[in-house]
Amino acid sequence: MMYLKLFLEFFNTGLFAIGGGMATLPFLYDIADRTNWFTRHQLADMIAVSESTPGPIGVNMATYAGYITSGLTGSIIATLGLITPSIIIILIIGAFLYAFRDNKYVNGAFYGLRPASSAMITSAGLIVAHVTFLNGNNLNFKAVALAVILLIFTHAIKFTRGLHPVFWIAFSAIVGIIFKF
Amino acid sequence: MLMKLKILMSKLKILIELFITFSKIGAVTFGGGYAMLMILLREIVQNKHWATEQELTDYYAIAQCTPGVIAVNVATFVGRKTAGNLGGIIATLAVVFPSVVIISLLAGVIKAYASLEWVKNAFAGVRVCVCVLIFNAVIKLFNKAIIDKKTLIIYLLVLAGAMTLNISPVVFVILAGIAGIILSVKKS
Repeated sequence: MMYLKLFLEFFNTGLFAIGGGMATLPFLYDIADRTNWFTRHQLADMIAVSESTPGPIGVNMATYAGYITSGLTGSIIATLGLITPSIIIILIIGAFLYAFRDNKYVNGAFYGLRPASSAMITSAGLIVAHVTFLNGNNLNFKAVALAVILLIFTHAIKFTRGLHPVFWIAFSAIVGIIFKF
Repeated sequence: MLMKLKILMSKLKILIELFITFSKIGAVTFGGGYAMLMILLREIVQNKHWATEQELTDYYAIAQCTPGVIAVNVATFVGRKTAGNLGGIIATLAVVFPSVVIISLLAGVIKAYASLEWVKNAFAGVRVCVCVLIFNAVIKLFNKAIIDKKTLIIYLLVLAGAMTLNISPVVFVILAGIAGIILSVKKS
């Protein structure tokens, strides 16, 4: 029964998360809020691990969430749940590819879906920011300082701007250990 | 009889090749996105000739705006084109296979060491980085998605809704899709 629930939750995520790996984030937060499978706090760590290991981020997050929920079997079932809608939808679309791409209703739907997806990822990001930068009601100054440094490195400095996220994750882990975050 | 066996064997060979190739792609893709497109071009177009560059670009474009993870969608497309529906399923299972193995191993290790002080500190640092990475991803998406006043309004409405209302993201997806159709079809 647990496995069926797990499969259906991730099937739902795979069916409605549009716009790549990060788009699964709002759904994972929704699952965290409704079930006691994993916490919002654990989710933030999952994102970090998923970004810094091989494989698509969305798949990694589903695997991780499934593992935390119920071990290896859970990770397999969550991943299968996530990819099942993709397989069904793409096999159907594949049969009439260009008709799909040029359809005005399909394009219209995505005109609305893209900003909605951006907004939901923004909201998920704000949740992560809340647990990261606030200790109760106090601002965590070390965290803010590190964020400012990372923003400068990933935007303003040409030499470091193109570096892979895994580099910044390792950098932040080391800073966290040295300065006792 | 022998003929049938030969056809069966060659089909099986393609399926095995699909599995190996997409497992490889799953294992070397880091973080997804455009880095993955480069790997796909090399493996699928140049090495295996399973699709042309134009086809792969089309698959990628459609995979971005269909539900699900982009890499998974592309794998299904290429697998289907190469060896039918079964090929689509095999390629998709292959692309997620390395993730399942790697993450399951790693999650076990992390669980075992999660209570150590320095591991906690490391993750606290990493969480800051995750915020910045999500922020950067949002900026990229925002620039592509918010192209006029109407899309800006959809963005703000969904953001306000997602932050204040405790409802499933599915509701926002469906409403935004309908709004998009109404707004753009009326326009044309």
